[in-house]
Amino acid sequence: MTDLAWRAERVTFRHPGATRDALCDVTCDLAGGGVTAILGPNGAGKSTFVRLLIGLAAPTRGIVQFRGRGLTSWPRGAIAREIGFVPQGEESVFPVTVREVVAMGRYPHLGPWRAEAEEDRRIVRHALEDVDALVFADRPFSTLSGGEQQRVRIARALAQHGSAIVLDEPTAGLDVRHEIELFALLRGLAAHGRTVVLVTHNLSLASRLADRTLLFSEGVLVAQGESRSVLTGELLSRVYGWPIDVVQHPGPGAEAGGPLVVPRLTPPTGPGL
Amino acid sequence: MTTTAAVARRYLLLTLLLGLAGMLAVRVGAVGLTLSDIIAAIRGTADNATHTIVVGLRIPRVVLAALCGAALAVSGATYQALLRNTLAEPYILGVSSGAALGAVAATVFGLDRLSPWIIPAFAFAGALVAIVLVLRVALVAGRVLDRRTLLLAGVVVGAFCNAAVLLFLTFADAESFRSAVFWMMGSLAGATWQHVLLLAVPLAIAGVVLFGLARSLNLLAVGEPTAAALGVPVERVKYLCFALASVLAAAAVAVSGVIGFVGLIIPHAVRLLWGSDYRQLLPSAALLGAIFLVGADAAARTIAAPTELPIGVLTALVGVPVFVALLRRRDD
Repeated sequence: MTDLAWRAERVTFRHPGATRDALCDVTCDLAGGGVTAILGPNGAGKSTFVRLLIGLAAPTRGIVQFRGRGLTSWPRGAIAREIGFVPQGEESVFPVTVREVVAMGRYPHLGPWRAEAEEDRRIVRHALEDVDALVFADRPFSTLSGGEQQRVRIARALAQHGSAIVLDEPTAGLDVRHEIELFALLRGLAAHGRTVVLVTHNLSLASRLADRTLLFSEGVLVAQGESRSVLTGELLSRVYGWPIDVVQHPGPGAEAGGPLVVPRLTPPTGPGL
Repeated sequence: MTTTAAVARRYLLLTLLLGLAGMLAVRVGAVGLTLSDIIAAIRGTADNATHTIVVGLRIPRVVLAALCGAALAVSGATYQALLRNTLAEPYILGVSSGAALGAVAATVFGLDRLSPWIIPAFAFAGALVAIVLVLRVALVAGRVLDRRTLLLAGVVVGAFCNAAVLLFLTFADAESFRSAVFWMMGSLAGATWQHVLLLAVPLAIAGVVLFGLARSLNLLAVGEPTAAALGVPVERVKYLCFALASVLAAAAVAVSGVIGFVGLIIPHAVRLLWGSDYRQLLPSAALLGAIFLVGADAAARTIAAPTELPIGVLTALVGVPVFVALLRRRDD
């Protein structure tokens, strides 16, 4: 459970035709298990890094390994059996049911001619249970709320049945309650031994719920490690170009998680900001 | 969740309906036939005239109608997933315009008098040229199989071919003009067993391969990043689907002219009735498309007999109200 999941060694990535690197000399180890948050301002290279983690893009230089093996040498299907993925903002153009969406997670396990077996249906049912979506399994996906839809996408990633799950801004567009519930769901998955990696813009939730944090700025990995040591007011202020304070949560239950990350209302002043 | 048994029952029902529609379609026409006439003709015990009508004219025509309906429905369904656009149909990327250009050119230059195969050959060639042109235009614009680029290229190439068709028609004599216009409205008159074979081969190959790609099509419809992350070889699947759907449309248009709306509304109807999973959608659409076109062709032959109505006009006149009714049913 605490084995090494990913290792990135001196990874540089440049989009074809671009004049600057989207990622520059990134080196990090991601331990198996737990929740890792990938943070950084817009355009910092978070989504690019995620694409490298799931093998959708190959690094221009350097190597990304998953469980000790370079991802570029893996067939796509084999990666999909190991790493579940929840992309940002997808929408089917056709009406599909919740169960059909989740069953799509079985794709990498099935050949073109093999029908789903009892085993596949069982895994889909379990995935629906894990995200508490079994009650609306036969409803059209499009009739669900944003939070429910996101849970179903996570169930699809779970149905891929890998040891890790990667999510790109899973709480974008969700209200407070659904956002926290989703984070709790991800914590639960981590508690059951899965490795969870997510990109998010919600710094407070990352602080309170992620074990580890990678902080990107302009393609450079500026900090990595335990969330409470990475998320300091000084570093965040510098990276986001806006004064940010890290304060204790005032309410009950504060001891259960990390501190709050609060941007100041006044604009940045003085040199260096 | 639809069980395998329920899907099998549905295929059986649709196949029976197709057989029934086919039998009725063989019976009706300028000469009315009884079931025993037809059976006698097939067993070779009928008189010569009946034998010719049944085996030489009616049956190949009905079979061709069924194959056309299946090909157009499968082609349309594939384009809809590929382009992630529910309004896509087999002709959306200029296949029909290219085919029309080939057919009209052959007619206007009088080549069609040389052989009955000139029109299908020119139509098929025109359709293939249009497909290649669409790919070339899309290549100029950048990413080849980006769906927006493809759509744009299809519209541009289609418009160009249509303009060329009108240019040719300007210089056509009255007889060529009439036959060219009728070709563009679609017709299954003149169907032979060779026509059947011409369409059956591509349909069988494309049908099997596309059915194997059904799960990939499901994922493409959700989105390319999702499909890629789940292990779909996205670019390869897109090229293959584009090629197969285009060849299906080209083969159908070559043997029957432009028959609209089948490729658009049949996949929609299947979605409204039985859902969007391509593993059941493709076979269901093929069967439903076949039934629909067999029925439409029989109606085209009989409604205003002895005048034959253009089948493309009929598919639109019948298909659209039925489709609106289906849409209403879903809203209830």
